Amino acid sequence: MDKIQQLLLQEVAGIHQIPEGAYSLRINGNLYGKNSSEHIQIVKKEDKPGIDIYVQPGTKNESLHIPVILSQSGLKELVYNDFHIGEDCDVTIVAGCGIHNGGTETSEHSGIHSFYLSKNAKVKYIEKHYGQGDGSGKNVMNPHTHAELGENSYMEMETAQIKGVDSTKRKTTAILSKNATLIVKEKVMTHGEQFAETEFEVELLGENSGTHVISRSVARDRSSQKFISRVKGDAKCSGHTECDAIIMDDATVIAVPEIMAVHPDASLIHEAAIGKIAGEQLVKLMTLGLTEKEAEEEIVNGFLR
Amino acid sequence: MLELQNISYTVGDKRILRDVNLRIEDRFVAITGPNGSGKSTLAKLVTGILTPTEGRILMDGVDITDWSVTERARSGVSFAFQQPVRFKGITVKDLISLAAGKNTNISEACNYLSEVGLCAKDYINREVNASLSGGELKRIEIAMINARGTKLSVFDEPEAGIDLWSFNNLIKVFENMYERTRGTIMIISHQERILNIADKIVVLANGAVAEYDTKERVFPKLMDVQAGCRYTKNA
Repeated sequence: MDKIQQLLLQEVAGIHQIPEGAYSLRINGNLYGKNSSEHIQIVKKEDKPGIDIYVQPGTKNESLHIPVILSQSGLKELVYNDFHIGEDCDVTIVAGCGIHNGGTETSEHSGIHSFYLSKNAKVKYIEKHYGQGDGSGKNVMNPHTHAELGENSYMEMETAQIKGVDSTKRKTTAILSKNATLIVKEKVMTHGEQFAETEFEVELLGENSGTHVISRSVARDRSSQKFISRVKGDAKCSGHTECDAIIMDDATVIAVPEIMAVHPDASLIHEAAIGKIAGEQLVKLMTLGLTEKEAEEEIVNGFLR
Repeated sequence: MLELQNISYTVGDKRILRDVNLRIEDRFVAITGPNGSGKSTLAKLVTGILTPTEGRILMDGVDITDWSVTERARSGVSFAFQQPVRFKGITVKDLISLAAGKNTNISEACNYLSEVGLCAKDYINREVNASLSGGELKRIEIAMINARGTKLSVFDEPEAGIDLWSFNNLIKVFENMYERTRGTIMIISHQERILNIADKIVVLANGAVAEYDTKERVFPKLMDVQAGCRYTKNA
């Protein structure tokens, strides 16, 4: 691993080198290394790029790292990762993709992640997207996450894309069984001419299932963002989707919330707000000695924390 | 020392403040007067949030009229808002640290918060958002001014919304603040107990200084300074 690759790894997975425990590290389109642990098996797919991950029932407090690094300009890849989470598990999965594009061609990584949570399973899934490089080539990421939550299971998904991704189209779909819960916390910041679209489609199929989809985004310069969320309630359930965007400079933000109830006991709420930084927030921080620019940064950093 | 020379402030054709002249040299100065008399406007002019239409503002002899909010803050002006601002994601600790100008540790933050009657452990990592009550926000606002410890601290109705916390404690905060900073504390207030601790009281009425004197001299006249309307006055 070279210095650039190490830096990308640090940005997306918070680690300097090969992690302990179960991991799969993909660099420039190839599997760089993988390691199964006692309770987590990682198996390379034979028919297409990607891996199958099997977490044994009852696995508690274990983590799995599956970062992807692209430092070769112009590389395009599509990877399929399937996560089979056994009953009564409690695991943390750290994914993420970092691209360094120093060339003129477009680099692209698209991860298709499917999660199958068995009864009572609990998963925390963290995914960071990061791009850099001084070349004129674009960094593109189009992830698709699909989750099927079994009875009484819980999944928390934290996604962040703060810097350097020129174009992204993220799609997340989920189907929830009885008593299952899905929490999604998304953070997006776009600069320059960047474009980011995120689409959530959650179906609350089982009784007492529930979801919270929370998106916070900041659109700067001439960038554009689109947030789409669809929550469908098929049973007695609760769904809440929230999009909160700060718009700056000449950016564009579109929020399209959609809630659909097909059961009289489905309780669904959507909230969407787009606005610039409140003037009084800037003034307050300026009375503490910050310049307007510093105040703006402080407010944006807090908002995306 | 703060000096306001011939300060006027006009919005459209409405004169909010007219020809205000004040030399503030005492440690506690209270500003009172009826609603709409221009008290908050005066505070915003001093802190740089508003710029006077006419007149000059001097601090320690230096003309600061054209200074920005940031420049004034950095040269020693603090301002506790009447209505504290809420933020998303910014914590009490962040604000105290920004106010103190350094990353404050738990024990330092604890000092500032306990002085305003808040338990640091419960508040330090709380977001300064809508989950905090008006009274809690007011106290955090005061704690921030305390953490800054500047030579001029301006408070716009600090007592409003603080119900259970006794005024004695609030007054103690101001006294401690003075002991530490040896600066001037300017408080906009309607509360007699706050006016009582002031060295001087400024009474604003209809955008002008109606009185500026010691409380012994100002108190008896306070009842005469009612905005009222000309019909009730004549009645």
